[in-house]
Amino acid sequence: MINETNFVNDEYNVALEVFEGPLDLLLYLIKKDELDIHDIPIGRITDQYLEYINLMKVLDLNIAGDFMVMSSTLMLIKSRMLLPVTDQIDEEEEEDPRWDLVKQLLEYKKFKDIAEHLEDLETNMENIFVREGDHVQLGASPDIDIQDASVFDLITALNDALERIGEEDIKEIFAEEYTVNQKVNYITETLKITSSLSISDLFDGMISRQEIVCTFLAVLELMKLNSIKAIQNESFGSIMIESTKTNLIIEDIDTNEKEV
Amino acid sequence: MNENLEALPELKQIIGALLFAAKEPLKISQINNVIINTGNILKGVYLQYTKVNEEQIKEVIKELENELKTLSVGLELIKVAGGYRLQNNMLCGPFVRSLLEKNKTMKLSKPALETLAIIAYRQPCLRSEVEEVRGVSVDAVLRKLIEMQLIKVIKRSDLPGKPWLFGTTQRFLEHFGINSIEELPGSSELKKIIPNEAKSIGG
Repeated sequence: MINETNFVNDEYNVALEVFEGPLDLLLYLIKKDELDIHDIPIGRITDQYLEYINLMKVLDLNIAGDFMVMSSTLMLIKSRMLLPVTDQIDEEEEEDPRWDLVKQLLEYKKFKDIAEHLEDLETNMENIFVREGDHVQLGASPDIDIQDASVFDLITALNDALERIGEEDIKEIFAEEYTVNQKVNYITETLKITSSLSISDLFDGMISRQEIVCTFLAVLELMKLNSIKAIQNESFGSIMIESTKTNLIIEDIDTNEKEV
Repeated sequence: MNENLEALPELKQIIGALLFAAKEPLKISQINNVIINTGNILKGVYLQYTKVNEEQIKEVIKELENELKTLSVGLELIKVAGGYRLQNNMLCGPFVRSLLEKNKTMKLSKPALETLAIIAYRQPCLRSEVEEVRGVSVDAVLRKLIEMQLIKVIKRSDLPGKPWLFGTTQRFLEHFGINSIEELPGSSELKKIIPNEAKSIGG
């Protein structure tokens, strides 16, 4: 199941490939030792879980935060199991600390089974051809303009820019230096000179988060007003913005001094 | 007018031809409209085709379905995604594949399948609902699935922040070769309401 070569080649994917997530890992551990999902020996499972996490760390895999969240959940349950049950009266009502987790695991398992069923269907479909001698094609259909960058793509661009400047060390709080309106003007002016510019170029040279966020909001605002459009020629490619009309009417923009 | 009456095709022939030529599954209503429209456009003796109704078409399709089966010519008429389409018999797939020089098709990853499964049963469904079940963030997967047009945004929810509600698409049904979500196992049980497992832990 664990492919050694993959570990080296594609760190991030492997973390997802081997175990799709913390629940997947837990199910695997439970299945491996043929444990009763309704009565998980939480101490043992927690130890094994942490062992795997450590292994993944040793192999230098990127461990998604979700895995860490689960390890703290496990440890919390473990500690709650150790506490003596003080309230004897309500024993019936007393919730097993594992209940939430069990419920989640059972729920997840159901969908994991369905996913397997879907996989079987997909495998069957490999041998089915329809007219045009093709399988049903996945991907953008011609009636959707693939060129239009999605919000996700835009947010990715924003994220890249924010990551570039890293965490700001805030010691003092200054008055807001940038406004969306100001950036709207800036983008409009720039687009009068060049016909298009890439989003990453737009963020280039900006050093404050606030400035980047204002610029980003300005882009969204202009898109909303249909003054510019964001174009992405290939998926995950760079996003270019272009003006849609020759004359932008900035007076219409209702972002006056809106601050972030 | 000098139409040769004998040259007019039977309903079965027409429907067979339509199914053969269609690129996507054909709905009964679609077939009905096409036939009636054609009758109206060509006029004359073709006007008789304008009297076709969906009931008739349904019957003819059933006939075609059975005839193809008995003829055993490597073709099947299948109901998929609410429509009908002609496709090859699955057993003949490997031969077709080598003719078309198609290798295995791209298959969906496990995370993608799990995410699809959840959305299929729980639609309309929030991203957070998927994440709750899978225990991981599903941003990237959702985006990929949207790009593949297996899921789509149905509408915005009324929750704070107006998050998107996702659902599966026609293409989802076509991709997995099913006619409707109801064909998936345990669909009534797994839908929106989370089945209460009763508090039977440790038992």
